[in-house]
Amino acid sequence: MAELSGNLLYISFFLYLVATFFFGGAIRDKKNTTKVNRWAQIGIIITIIGFISQIGYFIFRWVASGHAPVSNLFEFTTFFGMMLVLAFIIIYFIYKTSVLGLFTLPLAVLLIAYASMFPREISPLIPALQSDWLHIHVTTAALGQAILAISAVAGILYLVSSIDQTISSKKTFWLEFIMYTLVTTVGFVVVTVIFSSMDYEATFSWVDKNDQEAEMVFTTPALVGPNQGELLTDGKLEPLVELPAIISARKLNTVIWSILVGSVLYGLIRLILRKRIGAALKPLVKNINLDLVDEIGYRSVAIGFPIFTLGALIFAMIWAQIAWTRFWGWDPKEVWALITWLFYAAFLHLRLSKGWHGEKSAWLAVVGFAIIMFNLIFVNLVIAGLHSYA
Amino acid sequence: MEQVKCTCGHVNPHGTIFCESCGRTIEENTKQKKLLDMRYEGSARRSQTYKKTFIDKIWNFFSSVKVGVWLIVITLIASAIGTILPQEMYIPPGSSPREFYQQEYGFVGQLYYQLGFHNLYGSWWYLILVASIGISLVICSLDRVVPLYRALKKQGITRHESFLRRQRLFSETSVTNTDEALAYVKKRLGKKRYEVREENGNLLAEKGRFSRWGPYVNHVGLIIFLIGGMLRFFPGMYVDEVLWIREGETKSIPGTDGKYFLKNDQFIMEVYEKDNEKDVFEEAIERAGDGMAVKNYQSNVTLYEPEAETVVGAESGLKKIKDWQIRVNEPLKHDNYALYQVDYKLGEFKSMSFRLTDKETETDYGMITVDLRDPKHLYELDNGYSVEMVSYFPDFYFDSEGNPDTKSKVPNNPAFVFKMITPDKPEGEVSFVAIQQTIEPFGDNEYKMSFAGIETVNVSGLIVRKDLTLWILGVGGLIFMIGVIQGMYWHHRRIWVQNVNGEILLAGHTNKNWFGLKNEMNYIIDGTEIKSPIDQTQVEKQDE
Repeated sequence: MAELSGNLLYISFFLYLVATFFFGGAIRDKKNTTKVNRWAQIGIIITIIGFISQIGYFIFRWVASGHAPVSNLFEFTTFFGMMLVLAFIIIYFIYKTSVLGLFTLPLAVLLIAYASMFPREISPLIPALQSDWLHIHVTTAALGQAILAISAVAGILYLVSSIDQTISSKKTFWLEFIMYTLVTTVGFVVVTVIFSSMDYEATFSWVDKNDQEAEMVFTTPALVGPNQGELLTDGKLEPLVELPAIISARKLNTVIWSILVGSVLYGLIRLILRKRIGAALKPLVKNINLDLVDEIGYRSVAIGFPIFTLGALIFAMIWAQIAWTRFWGWDPKEVWALITWLFYAAFLHLRLSKGWHGEKSAWLAVVGFAIIMFNLIFVNLVIAGLHSYA
Repeated sequence: MEQVKCTCGHVNPHGTIFCESCGRTIEENTKQKKLLDMRYEGSARRSQTYKKTFIDKIWNFFSSVKVGVWLIVITLIASAIGTILPQEMYIPPGSSPREFYQQEYGFVGQLYYQLGFHNLYGSWWYLILVASIGISLVICSLDRVVPLYRALKKQGITRHESFLRRQRLFSETSVTNTDEALAYVKKRLGKKRYEVREENGNLLAEKGRFSRWGPYVNHVGLIIFLIGGMLRFFPGMYVDEVLWIREGETKSIPGTDGKYFLKNDQFIMEVYEKDNEKDVFEEAIERAGDGMAVKNYQSNVTLYEPEAETVVGAESGLKKIKDWQIRVNEPLKHDNYALYQVDYKLGEFKSMSFRLTDKETETDYGMITVDLRDPKHLYELDNGYSVEMVSYFPDFYFDSEGNPDTKSKVPNNPAFVFKMITPDKPEGEVSFVAIQQTIEPFGDNEYKMSFAGIETVNVSGLIVRKDLTLWILGVGGLIFMIGVIQGMYWHHRRIWVQNVNGEILLAGHTNKNWFGLKNEMNYIIDGTEIKSPIDQTQVEKQDE
């Protein structure tokens, strides 16, 4: 059952990739740009099959483990990707914009790939997670975040289309920065896949911040090593720099590798394209109606915001009252959910009352997504708190 | 207070931007943009009209959405700063914050502590920020909702031509048979569930007006929520107590004023072992270490209350209320109180036993058992032997001057000073006994206290909670959700169709989802000569 579930996830991963190309084809089809063409139709059908396959993954994994697979970083991020696809499918049937698929599906693919870099085995639940609220709170929060993420995709679309690429400006820089970040995520996946297929493991003994001897296993060659680290495995790379005990050398090392590989990848892409990624993407979106993209961005915030509030704050508070004795405890994850909420509240007020439409609104949507990803990745992995399950 | 009379005859309050009834622009000094600013229906808002007194200024400050957004952004940044280092409540208990932050995080930590960021969310300035948001919510809402309500209620069906021409979605068509076209459009509007009103052959179709109240409803919800949060500081609303209770022990539950007692029957901790779990978990259990990951923390308890007819001063009996298994996620709830499983201690020392023996002959003169929670002063043995407890250090250590002392009352590391009284040594011999350690302060003794065993007990760490504010927060949250859904998932749409000198003017306005409105307008005119409405913002852009 668990194996079947895993295979279904591979299938949906593959199908999302294929669908991306069809949505790409839909835009290149110059004959009819306004109406839904054959390419887009095939694209959405493949997307839906991929989505059904991923639902299969979800259900079978649920049956195998006895709890909804949203209990660790792999499961949550995968689910987030699935909700992103669902949100896209819904928005697609409202607005029929194939270019949105061209940008959303790669993001979903990237999320699932990213998720797969974390431990994937089915784990039993720790006592705090043994509650029906796990399913209710986490799924609603993920759905809300995914719908909000669609607004960021629309925002990127808007920016790619509207920013003048003939001159280099602050805007082109930040748009390229977004692209670079996405490429770095690919870099992380590449690094992890390469070294794990080589079974790279280097064990260090080191001294932690409480002056205790401990062992740390690196799965990537150590460019930076732990505090007073000593390499125990023969024939592996000796670290170039030693870090203080307060920083997790293993995590920082992975980050450095991702940035290195990401930068190389980005450099290669630039060499091949001979222009900014933003500039290369621009022709793909030249036919879009900017007002419509703006509208999609705004509506996804309008639809996502209440769901996010319900899932990430209200249900979260109800569960926290049951499991942790208090509905609110200023745990970093809680605070960042509040920050996300405040941010989108500010977004809505700026838009409704101050008239921040179009480009301003698009930038804000991208920043909002950055906050969501920060809460998903950084708060779980770096800031220690009650939510650090993975 | 002067009032403004429009050419259509409607009397508007001072400060109105365009006539509530017909929509003709009133304020002469407003710049004539191509499109009308439809926000708040051009109504007279207090903050835009009165700017003289001190109260006006306060009102105007808090009624500004700009100020509101700034307050949100500042709160957002402050909240983020609070997550850089752990807050005071998450540092190890018992450590001094001043030292902890410096030791763990060096200069940054010291600075963080000195700026008060270690307790950021409880700081006066953070509370002021949240309170300001609350005030802003109230004033912003009042400033807008009253005039908006008035403007929407008083709106006329027949509008001034300029009002229609300056709407975002607009078209103008000369139609051969206006009456027929209007009748057709009216029918179609009905199909789309518009509420259509007619006056002199002019149509006003409207739906979803209630979505305009969404923002104000959700703000009311937020205010109720904030008030609920404040009520916690009133006495009697909130109880937060810790209860450490040993197996077999019965204690009065703190925070209940002796109304309830709890007995801990047993504490259970279960771990995941791969042999006992499903096969799918094997890999995960092995990675964490077999038997390392915890499956369950559980306290089996019995809840009691004192028996009703207690004579004052008399020993009161306890009446059982219920048995319960407190687990994480499954608190014991009774009468607004809830008891949560939050902590535990396995194998706390309960009692220690010693034998009084002759050092040379190893003769045993009897055993004493010291209850580490409640030691006796004198332990009598047979045949005139006895042991006197001179001093007891439950959590023994040597203080800075080298004297034995105790860190706490918890028997983590018990040590005793015994006086062994025997028939041949009636004055007694003094022996200092600690774990793995015996000191004889006054020279060699003939007798010793030899260790004979130890008994341990598990301790449950429970939290006692009462929070009478929860239902208020729940109501606030519910109202917020209703308001936000009402405002976000419904749209206020209005379509005007007017016959001006044989020309049909068609205009539409919505607060959001223009795409949807345009589709609907195209639907209602489909089959007539009326032209599809043009999005005038796009025309404006092209003009630029």
